[in-house]
Parts: sequence; structure tokens; C-alpha cells
Amino acid sequence: MLDDGPLIPRNLALHPAPYDPGYKTTLARSPALPLLSMDSSASEETGPRFGHGSLGALDNNLILNWTRGKSPAIGERIVMHGRVLDERGRGVPHTLVEVWQANAGGRYRHKKDGYLAPLDPNFGGAGRTITDEAGRYQFLTIRPGAYPWPNRGNDWRPMHIHVSVFGHSFGQRLITQMYFEGDPLIPLCPIAATIKDRAQLDRLVAPLDMANSKPLDYLAYKFDIVLRGRRQSMFENKPEGM
Amino acid sequence: MVQKLEMLQETPSQTAGPYVHIGLMPSYTGNGQIFAQELGESPIADGAQGEIIEITGSIYDGTGWAMRDALIESWQPDAQGRFAGQDGADPNLSGFCRFAADAESGEFTLRTVKPGPVALRDGRVQAPHISLWIVARGINLGLQTRIYFEDEDNSADPLLARIEQRPRVETLIAKKTGAGQYRFDIRLQGDGETVFLDI
Ligand SMILES: [Fe+2]
Repeated sequence: MLDDGPLIPRNLALHPAPYDPGYKTTLARSPALPLLSMDSSASEETGPRFGHGSLGALDNNLILNWTRGKSPAIGERIVMHGRVLDERGRGVPHTLVEVWQANAGGRYRHKKDGYLAPLDPNFGGAGRTITDEAGRYQFLTIRPGAYPWPNRGNDWRPMHIHVSVFGHSFGQRLITQMYFEGDPLIPLCPIAATIKDRAQLDRLVAPLDMANSKPLDYLAYKFDIVLRGRRQSMFENKPEGM
Repeated sequence: MVQKLEMLQETPSQTAGPYVHIGLMPSYTGNGQIFAQELGESPIADGAQGEIIEITGSIYDGTGWAMRDALIESWQPDAQGRFAGQDGADPNLSGFCRFAADAESGEFTLRTVKPGPVALRDGRVQAPHISLWIVARGINLGLQTRIYFEDEDNSADPLLARIEQRPRVETLIAKKTGAGQYRFDIRLQGDGETVFLDI
């Protein structure tokens, strides 16, 4: 009995709905018709693999990667770490994790971001790494600032880091955001509020992890990510229709 | 109490937001210096076997505006229908690409090889197709869809066969516009809404 059956269907109820009036941009960007559901095929069960060879030594160090090690970024030094797991609780080894974020003042290094807060000449705001044998990953970065965004009259994003994960199947592809424990802006944010179940939203809030914080250096925050799993192939060899 | 199922739940999705390119396509927003090598720049390398094709299109929102800020990923097998890593797969095809619409024209172009057919577990054969995954500001969960080809036999494809409203099948079929050239537009909402998938 192997875990090589189709991907376990997504529980769409735990994800945000496509259409959410509190987040105005969704109104014209949300499909109105039902998604077409089907058992996954090789097209969804395979996926790109990235080797350590395609990554550089500083890729998961956002404090140093923009200047190639010459000059550190400004901000509160933090380590973001955790595991990538599947729905069966097993670590997902050797998978790509990518992050991007605003600088300590809440400004992104992106041509479309014109916020008042200045760019940090030493901060690019992106990192990537590959999980180890047990599915663990880590990034050294600075705590991103909160920032205002055009939506309703006075909306602010809580401090957050965007996270992109692959798994081993294209159908496991997921993008989410990590929030920080204790941030008072989380309950006010319309994007966080696209997740209606507070218990599900809490799964995106990283706790302060003092046990892994390094004295006189950085604070740690733990963020585990769960991807879709595969069905076990029980009775898969039966003739069609039996 | 019944017995406990030892299962976790998938992490909830959040929108990729307007600045997704910083993380996934840094050179698109002028940040190319951050990584020595960007991932997904092309699904093929020199020497890839099969017909080289170009697929051009736009992603339209519900008002008919061609979106400029979406990011698309594609995943496909080689010309024989083998995915990278499978036995006998074309070593010059990674099958994975990241691309975005041009800020001026609102059009994207995917240059790749035409994929081969892929069988299901039960032996039925899927017509050649490329899987897409679309993220952007205002998209709360990445959208899955597929590109099929007008000049292939799509009549027995198991996925297309499940689409009840037959005219909607056309939303998944790239139109041939010239030798090796195809057009594939994606409509998020409204007239001609693309069929999106939950697979
Ligand atoms: Fe953000």
C-alpha cells in the first residue's frame, strides 16, 4: 500500500473564497463559475524539482543577499524557520521554499511600490532555499514593517512574509503569508480576513520561538507549512467499474 | 470518541499580492542582481526535441482589462509525454516556466515545445496539454487551468469531456495563428470565463 494514488482533493472550505467584498480587487478577479474537479493525473502529480546547484550560498540570507555579503540590511534581525509537511504529517524533503517581503519600513523593492518609507539600499527582499531531508528550512532576515495599501479608506497590512512552496507535485503548489504573533493589525486586515475561520487564520501566525532565538543576535519565529498529500493506492488494480 | 485520524490540514492560501515578482521573477522588476540564476526562465534548453511553439495571450479581469500584474507558471511533459525525471524524458526539457504579461502590451508569450499526450491510471489518454497556475493580487487561491491545442485531436480527452456546457471547452483550447504560433486568452470572470480546475 503506497502513497502513490491521486492527490487528496483540496478542502476549499479552509481556503479563502475567490470573491470577498472586503478585499476589493477580488471582485473583478474571481471566477464566478464552479471549478471543474477531477482525480489528479501525472500532469498534477509530477512537478519541477530544483537542485541545490541552482541556489547560491546567500540565497536564504535576506540580510546579506542583496549586497552579496558586503553590507547588512537595516532592521530587527529574525530567523524564520519551520518544516514543510504533507497532510499525513511527513516532512517534504528537497523542495523549494521562496519568500519575499517589505523592508523594515514597510517598503517593497518593486517598481510599483511608491510608499513614503525609503528603500534600504542593502535590502532586496527575496530569499529561497531547499528543505533538508526532514523537510526543514530556515531564512535569516529582518522583520518587515507594516504598510498601508489602497483598499478601503485606511487599510494596513500587518507585518508579513510571503511564502511560496512547491512540494513534489504541481498540484501541491501553494502561496501563503506568514504573520507574526501579537500583531494588532492582523484582525483589522481585509486580506487576512479572507480566511473566515479564525482557527485557520491562526495557522498563519508564527509564534515567537525563544528556544531557537540566539542571544545577542536574532529572534526566531516558527512557521510550518502543510501541503496536500496523496491517497494510498488501495484497490487501485481492480478492473474499471468494479 | 471515535478513533483519531492522524491527518493534518493543508495550510490556507493567501493572495500572492502585487509584488509577487520580487520573490519569483526578480529580474521582471529590476531586481535580477539578487540571485545568480533565476528559476523557470525557460521550460526548454537548446536541443529540446519536438516542435517549438509560441503561445501568446492575455489574462482579462471581469471588466475586460488585460491584467499586467499576474504571474503564471506552466508545467508540461516533453514531446513524447514524459515529465522531467521520468525514464527516457528529454534531458533538454525542464517543463517548468514562469512568465508574466508585458507591462505595455498586457500580453505574455510562452516559448516551449509542444507536449505529448499523457495517460491516466486507467489507461485513457489525455490530449496534449500544458498545465497553468495563475497568481496575482486579488486572486486568493492560485488558479489552475490547462492549454490544449486546436490542431490536436481533443475529442477523447477525459477532462474536456467533463465540461457540461460544450462551448466552454473552447476556453481551454489555444487557437493556431500561424506556423508554431498559438493564441490563448484567459478570462477570469464574465463572458467566456475560462474553465478553472480543482485537481
Ligand atoms: Fe505584502
